[in-house]
Amino acid sequence: MTTVHEPRTSPEVGGIGHSVLRKEDDRFIRGAGNYLDDLNLPGMLHMAILRSPVAHARINSIDSSAAMEIEGVLAVITGEALEAHGLAWMPTLSGDTQAVLATDKVRFQGQEVAVVIATHPYIAHDALSHIDVDYEELEAITSPQQSLATSTLIRDEKEGQTDNVAYTWEAGDQDSTDAAFAAAARVVSLDTHYPRSHPAPLETCGVVADVNSITGQATIYMTSQAPHAIRTVFALVAGLPEEKIRIITQDIGGGFGNKVPVYPGYVVATAASLLIGKPVKWIESRTENLISTGFARDFHMHSELALDGNNRITAMRANILSDQGAFFSDAQPTQFRAGLFHICTGSYDFPSAHVTAKGAYTNKAPGGVAYRCSFRVTEASYLIERLVDNAAHEVGIDPADFRALNFIREDQFPYLSPTGFVYDSGNYHGAMDKAKEMIGYDAWRARQAEQNSDPDATKLIGIGVASFTEVVGAGPSRQYDILGLKMFDSAELRIHPTGKAILKLGVQTQGQGHETTFAQIVAEELGIPYSDIKVMYGDTDNTPYGLGTYASRSTPVGGAATAVVSRKIRAKAQKLAAHLLEAAEEDLDWEPGKFTVKGTDQSVTIQDVAFAAYTNHPVGMEAGLEGVTYYDPPNMTYPFGTYIVVAEVDTGDGTWKVLEMVAVDDCGVRINPMIVDGQITGGLTEGFAKANMQWITFDDDGNCIGSNFMDYLVPTAWETPRYQLGETVTPSPHHPIGAKGVGESATVGSPAAFTNAVIDALWSRGVSNIDMPVLPHRVWGALNGVEVSP
Amino acid sequence: MYPSAFDYSAPGSLEEALATLAELGDEGRVLAGGQSLIPMMKLRLASPGHLVDINGVSELAHISESNGHLAVGALARHADVASSEAVSRHNHTVASAAPWVSDPLVRNRGTLCGSVAHCDPEGDWNSVMLAVGASVVARSSSGERVIPITDFVVDFFTNSLNPGEMVTEVRIPAYGGPAGGAYLKLERKVGDYATVGVATHLVLDASGNVAEAGLGLTAVYGHNLKVTEAEEMMAGQTPGPELFAEAAAIAARACDPDDNVRGPAEYKRAVVAEYTRRGFAQALTLARGEG
Repeated sequence: MTTVHEPRTSPEVGGIGHSVLRKEDDRFIRGAGNYLDDLNLPGMLHMAILRSPVAHARINSIDSSAAMEIEGVLAVITGEALEAHGLAWMPTLSGDTQAVLATDKVRFQGQEVAVVIATHPYIAHDALSHIDVDYEELEAITSPQQSLATSTLIRDEKEGQTDNVAYTWEAGDQDSTDAAFAAAARVVSLDTHYPRSHPAPLETCGVVADVNSITGQATIYMTSQAPHAIRTVFALVAGLPEEKIRIITQDIGGGFGNKVPVYPGYVVATAASLLIGKPVKWIESRTENLISTGFARDFHMHSELALDGNNRITAMRANILSDQGAFFSDAQPTQFRAGLFHICTGSYDFPSAHVTAKGAYTNKAPGGVAYRCSFRVTEASYLIERLVDNAAHEVGIDPADFRALNFIREDQFPYLSPTGFVYDSGNYHGAMDKAKEMIGYDAWRARQAEQNSDPDATKLIGIGVASFTEVVGAGPSRQYDILGLKMFDSAELRIHPTGKAILKLGVQTQGQGHETTFAQIVAEELGIPYSDIKVMYGDTDNTPYGLGTYASRSTPVGGAATAVVSRKIRAKAQKLAAHLLEAAEEDLDWEPGKFTVKGTDQSVTIQDVAFAAYTNHPVGMEAGLEGVTYYDPPNMTYPFGTYIVVAEVDTGDGTWKVLEMVAVDDCGVRINPMIVDGQITGGLTEGFAKANMQWITFDDDGNCIGSNFMDYLVPTAWETPRYQLGETVTPSPHHPIGAKGVGESATVGSPAAFTNAVIDALWSRGVSNIDMPVLPHRVWGALNGVEVSP
Repeated sequence: MYPSAFDYSAPGSLEEALATLAELGDEGRVLAGGQSLIPMMKLRLASPGHLVDINGVSELAHISESNGHLAVGALARHADVASSEAVSRHNHTVASAAPWVSDPLVRNRGTLCGSVAHCDPEGDWNSVMLAVGASVVARSSSGERVIPITDFVVDFFTNSLNPGEMVTEVRIPAYGGPAGGAYLKLERKVGDYATVGVATHLVLDASGNVAEAGLGLTAVYGHNLKVTEAEEMMAGQTPGPELFAEAAAIAARACDPDDNVRGPAEYKRAVVAEYTRRGFAQALTLARGEG
């Protein structure tokens, strides 16, 4: 159904559907957040990292003697020193290995070569220039195409590695796809590159490692989206006993996937603290963050659609070549080597698809993190939405109509996709109709026809549509794990005697508003006001195990756990209420916050019950009112939506601007509509950034272009278009509260809408593709038939 | 980010600042708004031995109009220029450029004189100064000299100041009659350097012909470029699309842009031509009082 639900609770209780203000904002907007660099421990030392200035070179020698002479320098640590402890290499989240500090070669510009530990950060940074490294430069491999063609081996240290291929993978069915293409009335193809980008959280990564030399207790304060998983990885990598590792995250200033992996700096700082017996702090600079930590995307995509004579899609092919950088370190479920890219059949109903993917090592930073994305769904969504738009133009049908003709219909859900996903629910026509109505689609098309028909027009209007389907909420344990850790999540809820509560989560906020929305789920289920519920996370000694927050999984998994644990507690509360009311359990009615004996006005509140749990529980029942749930979702959730962008292209300089944009999202039930709108607004802006200005590229020597915010562009309020947001509500049928996850929808869905708008403006001038970012010079080059590179 | 160690002085008067600079010679660097210098120090691209912070020298904060020119002091911020009534009345090119300088935060701190002295070929102000024929007042403990902007801008990040000298003022011609100008900038986002910037300036004579034309280009040459050939060609001619197209063609030939992530040289030449046409058209509208 596409109705918006009225809240069941009062505004004071603040359950689902209330746009209550974020509890955490009080400290954030008053400058009282507690971020990693705010932490200063007694006797703390500081670490700075020496990074490779070149992309590919053999290390002949490292001389740190001059650095050691500087007053205040306590240690210079190299890969050789780590090797003695078996710590020179570490596993990546994709089961590859990554150098902690380079021993044999450097494989990307910015790679970690040595660290200085000093009494002051300035001294540590000054000392870096006194470490003398003798590099013997090798061929820099800066594209996956070059990587597959050259005989230079990037990973020559890896046993059995005889080429530069990081992985190969396929999904779908080749035979039926080939047959469909052989029978096709028309084939539409598209080659496009989804450029390398970077999550660029405003707070960079860092760690304060505090290893007690007497007890062996390692307290590690760090910027991590997945503290529990990191604890286990640390236990496995460093051989520390897991009970002696405590990860504390404090406040995190944005993650966007960048703070999922383990970075070399974390490992070296911990080793240094262990070695020296004092706390060691390492805080990344902006440049270090951009050039060395997890990048995202970088997919070179070839794709084709087969159409029948009625303009129905019958099959899709996609062949991917991914640029992995020096180490294969995508943060993704073990079973899926190209993430969930095979969701690339999108919102459309057709029987056959075949996807192949190959990753190549290059002399670039490793990463492949899911930047505001559920494991490569962003690339997938971009590809299908660009391809479908081009198909519509090629057959001469309005792109919105072409989509509507090929959508999966509402009555087809649950829908088994040709690559094996079971879409839980959807109403794609509903979202499309609403978006078209909101933007005045037909009127814009009429204005476009008039304005663009003038052959001398220098301002051309384009209308871009994208109807994305996401797959989020990893995930069912039979399919989803990271390094063997199943992707369940957890919630522990304790109701205090006075009816207040503490909720402890395995997921990890980085600004999403968990302290508010998760309290609202409990408020909905138990009727305890959200303001009475403290939400806690990010301290592995004091929260239940979980896989963390990324890939829009917090609400689908952690949110489900919260609802389920609340219901467990309600079941016990019902027994207590029956005891208090001297009635049978089945004779009680529940409304949020109150049990009433059927047909009477005799009732007890949840607060009365909580008090009784500690002061007046019946004989034979355990005292207390608390529980813990580990939730293993039965399926993923499938948020969707339709975005429409109207853009105007200036043919003189190639610039384009957004005249109007509508975003209709369906993320199922919205817990806090204000926070959802905030997520969508931010995500649309990140999508706009990708389409308009933002990428990380490299010169032929492997130098990173985009190493600070003057070159890696982040839009401000000035560039950001205005958005009109709309919604439809199709609850997830398998999620306890019908929610689907929304943190990433807009980043996933919007880039294609922006690009499609520009292509739509230029199609009649013979332009069928411009890769992102759709920079002015690329627009100008496409219009004037001039090859532009990059 | 951690810059290298440096010494620091904060003189309270111009005399004291000049005396300090004289003593320091090559070691001394003037710190005004710091919006270029500090990022360079942060990245350790610049490691000055001694910063002379002139923010306490309040006598340098002026923007005034006298003797046919606007005087912009060394502590006048970009934001002061952008909001100055004298500037908006007397020089359209300068008024048009001011809001394009970087972003609001930088404009609140950075200074016009500092930007002029920095001679970054991607900086906006020197194209404007070259187009309108400004001059630079340089002071040292041994006196003052007034340097025409064409002599002041030497090359890529190089001006003609001597050790111990500092810019105290930039003098910009003030126009009251039929004059107009514009600054058009292609940038990727607010706060970005120019991909291409074009400063145009026009003064009309009594019959409506071009008495004086100015054209300065940003980010398409080793330094900000004054397109003298186009300026001279336009003098005495009837302004209009044909003349501006001719000037645009000269400008596109005169520049020598790089191929880089902002686009190939061919594209930048095309934008230079496009913005030259558009800029002069806007200048003409203003000069005719139709703006």
